[in-house]
Amino acid sequence: MSDPLFSVRNLCKRYGDNVVVNDLSFDIAPGECLGVIGPNGAGKTTTIRMCLGQSAPDSGEIHALGMRMPHDARAIKARLGVVSQMDTLDPDFNLEENILVYGRYFGLKTTAIRTRIPKLLEFASLTHKAKSKPGELSGGMKRRLSLARALVNDPDLLMLDEPTTGLDPQARHLMWERLQVLMQQGKSILLTTHFMDEAERLCSRLLVIDHGKKIAEGRPRDLIGEHLEPDVVEVFGAGVLQLQSNPITQFAQRMEVSGETLFFYTRDAQPLLQALHAYPQLRILHRPANLEDLFLKLTGRQIREDA
Amino acid sequence: MKVTTNSIAARALSISLKGQNTLSNWRLPSITARWWPVFLRNFLVWKKLFIPSLVGNIAEPLIWLVAFGYGMGALVGQVTFNGQQVPYMLFLASGSICMSAMNAASFEALYSSFSRMHMQKTWDGILNAPVSLDDIVFAEMLWAAYKSLFTATAIMGVMLLLGISHEWTLLLAWPVLLLTGITFSCIALIFTALAKGYDFFTYYFTLFLTPMMFLSGVFFPREQLPTWVQMITQWLPLGAAIDLVRPLFLGQFPDALWRNVAVLVLCALTSYWLAIGLIRKRFRS
Repeated sequence: MSDPLFSVRNLCKRYGDNVVVNDLSFDIAPGECLGVIGPNGAGKTTTIRMCLGQSAPDSGEIHALGMRMPHDARAIKARLGVVSQMDTLDPDFNLEENILVYGRYFGLKTTAIRTRIPKLLEFASLTHKAKSKPGELSGGMKRRLSLARALVNDPDLLMLDEPTTGLDPQARHLMWERLQVLMQQGKSILLTTHFMDEAERLCSRLLVIDHGKKIAEGRPRDLIGEHLEPDVVEVFGAGVLQLQSNPITQFAQRMEVSGETLFFYTRDAQPLLQALHAYPQLRILHRPANLEDLFLKLTGRQIREDA
Repeated sequence: MKVTTNSIAARALSISLKGQNTLSNWRLPSITARWWPVFLRNFLVWKKLFIPSLVGNIAEPLIWLVAFGYGMGALVGQVTFNGQQVPYMLFLASGSICMSAMNAASFEALYSSFSRMHMQKTWDGILNAPVSLDDIVFAEMLWAAYKSLFTATAIMGVMLLLGISHEWTLLLAWPVLLLTGITFSCIALIFTALAKGYDFFTYYFTLFLTPMMFLSGVFFPREQLPTWVQMITQWLPLGAAIDLVRPLFLGQFPDALWRNVAVLVLCALTSYWLAIGLIRKRFRS
């Protein structure tokens, strides 16, 4: 593996007695898309803020592009593109002006930015909206404008904090497609997300964090294979909970109960499915194990306080 | 006020001794040329709203001037200033232009800066680019001072047209009004740093700016006030600004020039240091 583009070592951050980030270490290799997944309040945004030098870690080190954060914050940020969780677009400017004004924060010349604007708007599929104000855009368009704006300095590394939260499926798919184009161009990406399909689709490697601690790291498929049985059988319907004490459970390696649904995790689903024929009133869903199963196994099914 | 400043200074020292990993919020500001694109951003927004903004900034002070100047002026006639008789209109104009500079800077550095900082998250967006919080706050401070100077200049233009004063020394009032704008935008930024919502600013206006407006000699000579009140008011920034500007309207030079300049400068520097410290604290937590 080549030298990491971005490297975080033993990062810790506490607010009072509350440990938000706990001894977190990870690397981002050039051209890689690293996904950070974790429940609400797991420390994802705090980690990103420290990576941007906006919050000082209590201990630990952050190296980026051969420099040190927060000491070289300005030089590092000159080569980053950031899309934060909340849109910070300028409501008084049209789309072109938004990008122009933002480019100036990087010390770019007005003429240089102006030649880039049409390309950036085209990339974001917003050419037809160039003279509109952000208030006239849909949620997906705003996110794509934020992405286009973050690309104004042609960054080496993109940091995207939940870039598709709150978007409809069409808008999400368009965003994914754009991000894949960027990866093909060789950009590295750090992405936080709640959506497991997004993480599985985009990320070459995943970091699962909870309570500020890293609880798993690896390629999505490897993680699923490592932590889970390959098949899942979900069973729900009248009287399903009585199955818990039924000998049928021996056909599964593992069983979970969530509300009125039983989840059977198994290496071979056939014997279990056969046995379930005896219960025609139950509804059965047989599917391969996915990242969401992994996530729920690692972080639990309970709702988080701030969720 | 003095006690707070001291205890903050003591904390600043203890924090800076603790370690170099976490920089103290109370360290001196470090400003780079990147403040300029932030200032320019505010300028471009303002340019779009130029006409309504101009009317808002200038109409109100002029209504005050005309109503009080001609209305009260007819009753009062002449006022004694520095042992000489001065038309009330001239007396009022020289005070109210300072008040307008104060109000324009305060409004911008309170309501507008707070909108950009808190409501629109403009600052958060800028912080993702290679611009520091110190640069942003410096740009905001200068921006509010610029708007204040713009307002004062426009009002001075109208005063020239009305023939209130034509002294060449008015030119010297210009840098004083800029300094006044800077001082009041620095003070206002402290309250912006502490605000949770717009309502908070009512305290600042009601408890601080409005009393200062009445006690600093805008509408009547400070000598009318009880001696102990005068003792306090001579150290207020608006009083210092008026003491500098009023003689210039009469073609004279201010008496206690350096004392009054020092009041404004010290007030600006202390407030700016407090404001930047509080804003850093706000953005760290």
